[in-house]
Amino acid sequence: MNFWNDPLKIAADWMEGIFVGWGMDAVLAHVLVAFLGVFLLIAILMVVDIFLVWVERKVVARFQDRLGPNRLGPFGLIQPFADIIKLIIKEDTTPGGADKVVYNLAPILSMMSVLILWAVVPIAPVMLGVDLNVGVLFLIAAGAIGTLSIIMAGWSSNNKFALIGGFRQVAVMVAFEVPMLTMLLVPTIFASSMNMNDIIQGQGNLWYFALSPLGALIFLVAAIAELGRAPFDLAEGESELVSGFNIEYSGMKFGMFYAGELLHAMTFGGIWAILFFGGYRFFGLEQVSPFLAIPIFLFKALIGYWIIMWVRYTMMRIRIDQMLVFNWVFLTPLSFVLLMVTALMNALLKDASLWIYGLGMFLSNVVVGWIALEIARSVSRKQRESVEGPKNLAEAPH
Amino acid sequence: MVPLSWYLILAAALFSVGLFGALVRRNAVAILLGVELMLNAVNINLVAFWRYGDVTTMTGQVFAIIVFAVAAAEVAVGLALVISVYRRRNTVVADELDMMKW
Amino acid sequence: MTGEQIIFLITAGFTLGSGFMVVTTRNLVHAALWLVSTLFGVAVLYALMNANFIAVVQVVVYIGAIAILFIFAVMLTRKDLRENTPQINKNWWAGALLAALVFAGLVFLLQGWSGFSKTGSALPSDFDAVGMLGEALVSPNAYVLPFEVASVLLLAALVGAVYVAFNKK
Repeated sequence: MNFWNDPLKIAADWMEGIFVGWGMDAVLAHVLVAFLGVFLLIAILMVVDIFLVWVERKVVARFQDRLGPNRLGPFGLIQPFADIIKLIIKEDTTPGGADKVVYNLAPILSMMSVLILWAVVPIAPVMLGVDLNVGVLFLIAAGAIGTLSIIMAGWSSNNKFALIGGFRQVAVMVAFEVPMLTMLLVPTIFASSMNMNDIIQGQGNLWYFALSPLGALIFLVAAIAELGRAPFDLAEGESELVSGFNIEYSGMKFGMFYAGELLHAMTFGGIWAILFFGGYRFFGLEQVSPFLAIPIFLFKALIGYWIIMWVRYTMMRIRIDQMLVFNWVFLTPLSFVLLMVTALMNALLKDASLWIYGLGMFLSNVVVGWIALEIARSVSRKQRESVEGPKNLAEAPH
Repeated sequence: MVPLSWYLILAAALFSVGLFGALVRRNAVAILLGVELMLNAVNINLVAFWRYGDVTTMTGQVFAIIVFAVAAAEVAVGLALVISVYRRRNTVVADELDMMKW
Repeated sequence: MTGEQIIFLITAGFTLGSGFMVVTTRNLVHAALWLVSTLFGVAVLYALMNANFIAVVQVVVYIGAIAILFIFAVMLTRKDLRENTPQINKNWWAGALLAALVFAGLVFLLQGWSGFSKTGSALPSDFDAVGMLGEALVSPNAYVLPFEVASVLLLAALVGAVYVAFNKK
């Protein structure tokens, strides 16, 4: 084992050797090194987060036919640092009648719910925080903390817009957790494990996207709703709620919500890549060195992030009742049916060859998606006719 | 390794705290909060007995899962009742809900 | 004292302290938030007992669903019970006495039990608790019947909750 194959282990052993050399207890040194590892990961994530601000602003500018930040440094790269200085020196206000402790705790919990996700995300074959055998469920548990932070922010601000925004976001997050959890079970069926690393290892021959494109799509929709980004950004809804649950936050407290949202989006891009696009795998390149696996993973995560941004800046916001109906009447039944079909096909084709297995899974996904779209089309046509009356075929242009 | 007795004493203490809450609170929602604490104390015991008994027999964990389901059902129906009562009587204080008492 | 015992003591103190705050705080939203921290402490205890699946399900079900439901219920029924009205009964001392008696009785009963101070052994290295739990839940000669009954109970609770809370206009 050399440095290029497992750099973290080598570095950790070296640090522990130094600490023990200073006369420290071996167990204490181990705990200390583990803590240093956590701090290192969080520090790297925060630096990545700073650049995500730049990426987001640059990409939205391109979608809207603008240039984006371009004054400070090459391509405006120093702009996020100026933003941070501005946020830090801004006055830190607390509204009168606010519940101070809860009010200040909410942005911290919001950031924590994102950072805690990285405890189970494998960024390279040998680099992951905890090899948890229920890693997939852990994602939903972290999302629960995020939900809590938003209801805390909405309630403690003592502002009706904040409370409405918080209520909306919680209704959305609790609702969309159902299809999300169901779709997390699809890779679990393929890999027959909830462990993130096992799910990546199981995609050696075929990415799970090829086996279950519909599952990947439903997961992406649920993830966007969980993130609270357009077209599902009802919690913020500038045109109706001013800024939603974070309306009363200023300075770095607002910055933590904002940075947390951006990092959350990229994290979900990464999780999407892990569950359906092979994570750090890329034609065996990841076996060469973790230094190749990390860029591959980051590249896939950024592509997922880019797709989330693409959806955000090209779709319009939909109404809260339409959104909940979309979830409970369309997405949740569809995901349950898809899960059952996937489990059935898995049981039927377990002993078949890889190509028959993949083809059967893919075709069953296509059939389920097509039937769902046909049902949705006929139902919406009936609804439209009940409102507008039957379409007069003679006057139709075609 | 932590001895089993620590978990059992902690669960007993948590159960007593929950019992206190369920007995003395006036608000119906707060009474349900106390009941939740009691259910959690029971769950600690179940998982501790799984861990300190024969780990290949999953009885303790299975029962803990079923307690989760029962707790979720209890909270959903209980809070629905509280909200329904609040709509009709405009109060959630358990003492004032005495229509059935003569 | 080992590291695990120190972690247990800290978590237990945190759990009991927040549990005490749940039943004594005047502000009910704060009580619900203290309930969240109690539930989190219990989840840490499950993780300490190597019951990973139970620990994660605790966070998902209790914090993600039940605690949020409590916060909603407190906000929906907040009009009349302001913080200046008494939050506990007049005869709270009887409740406290009963709770203390229950605790003392439980500890007394447990003390006489032979397995009280049992210490566990380390789990086998390739022990798959999640897989075994899944098999136990659906295998016909284990717990498939309680599992199905629990699912029927959840369905009944779903229908009942919607029917009871539905506002007939």
